[in-house]
Amino acid sequence: MERTTYYDPKDLKKFGNISDWDAELGKAFFAYYGKVFEEGALTAREKSLIALAVAHTIQCPYCIDAYTEDTLAKGCDEEQMMEAIHVAAAIRGGSSLVHGTQMMNKFKELAM
Amino acid sequence: MKTTKSLHAQHHKLADNDYQLKVLETHEVATADFEKFEDKLKQIHLFPFKPVKTEIFQVNVGYMCNQTCSHCHVDAGPDRKEIMTRETMQLCLEALATTDITTVDLTGGAPEMNPDFRWFVEEISKLGRKTMVRCNLTIIMANKKYHDLPEFFAQHKVEVISSLPFYNKSRTDAQRGDGVFEDSIAALKKLNAVGYGREGSGLILNLVYNPSGAFLPGSQIILENQFKKELKRLYDIEFNSLFCITNMPISRFLDYLIESGNYESYMQKLIEAFNPVAAENVMCRNTISIGWDGNIYDCDFNQMLGLKVNGGAPNHIKDWDLDKLNSRDIVLNQHCYGCTAGSGSSCGGSVA
Repeated sequence: MERTTYYDPKDLKKFGNISDWDAELGKAFFAYYGKVFEEGALTAREKSLIALAVAHTIQCPYCIDAYTEDTLAKGCDEEQMMEAIHVAAAIRGGSSLVHGTQMMNKFKELAM
Repeated sequence: MKTTKSLHAQHHKLADNDYQLKVLETHEVATADFEKFEDKLKQIHLFPFKPVKTEIFQVNVGYMCNQTCSHCHVDAGPDRKEIMTRETMQLCLEALATTDITTVDLTGGAPEMNPDFRWFVEEISKLGRKTMVRCNLTIIMANKKYHDLPEFFAQHKVEVISSLPFYNKSRTDAQRGDGVFEDSIAALKKLNAVGYGREGSGLILNLVYNPSGAFLPGSQIILENQFKKELKRLYDIEFNSLFCITNMPISRFLDYLIESGNYESYMQKLIEAFNPVAAENVMCRNTISIGWDGNIYDCDFNQMLGLKVNGGAPNHIKDWDLDKLNSRDIVLNQHCYGCTAGSGSSCGGSVA
């Protein structure tokens, strides 16, 4: 079958299949993953919003689909979801800008 | 407030029960092969699907409503004229009196719009049975003649169950119509004012959450805690429990699913989330549903698909026979996946 895109939404449902080629590590990963998202010092809802923000930082289409639905199911609204993404964007943008200090340091080192 | 017409008034093809069943059972709008619900039950040895002791006598007193919600499985609205008569209510009371069923669940439409609603509640009280009413909240604010409903409910210790899709305006109005959120908050304040939802009052106010879109509800307890915290913080509103209900792929929600291109993926979500524990506890096993015209169904959803009880059980209230009803096979179709997905769904929320 000819592929027309690198990402296929249907592949998200095959995530569990990674265990097919290494059952031990796959099982360990999904056990860990499930544990991470349980209610803890942070609520499952807060964790889901963090995951949504991180999904945008790493620009993973699977994660964006999954955590848009998960945050909706956990009772988040569009305002809260967009604020979470702005947090990701602010850190990402800030991360670029703060490296400007390195550029300034190097500039001062090299320039007359 | 949103004033869209019902599918019925639009002469929409989904207003036809046979067409809805065709959509659910065939490839009319989907290419995928969905496993038959009864085959799922066979795999867990629950087929044929039998009732347990009947505890809830649910009566749909009419499809008329002051709202036209976009997810409504009844296709209720101001243009629906199907209303239960006092004669049929009398038959319900006579049937109820022959049983030890403890609870009557009144639903609609907006049940309060039936002109005999208050008489019916009073007569149920005289039989010593508990009444629950599925109140859409805005009816309390809709007209002066409904403003005293909180006092009337309190007088008869009616348990009030009310839909509030979210504790903000955008999510609520998107599903239930413009202006519904403000009126709902005003109505909740009036219910709280007579003691509903307040600790120690004995007056029960439960809210219903159902997703505003093509996704399944999250954990009931987590959402309940969040609703309680936010409604108290923002509006000083209190309530007892939050029931999470999954949207059924029938009627107006089915229309939404098809129109938005979500039908196939939503059905797949329901099927993938099939939970055997939820299947054991679904409401049709302990509930009998009576339609506005006296016909008898396994549940309110089957009622809206025109699927009357079968297996030789009487299917009209005038022929009421609880023993025969208790030995019936429950009528199933693909929409039943809506009640068995995830933590399950019933008129009382999650079941697993």
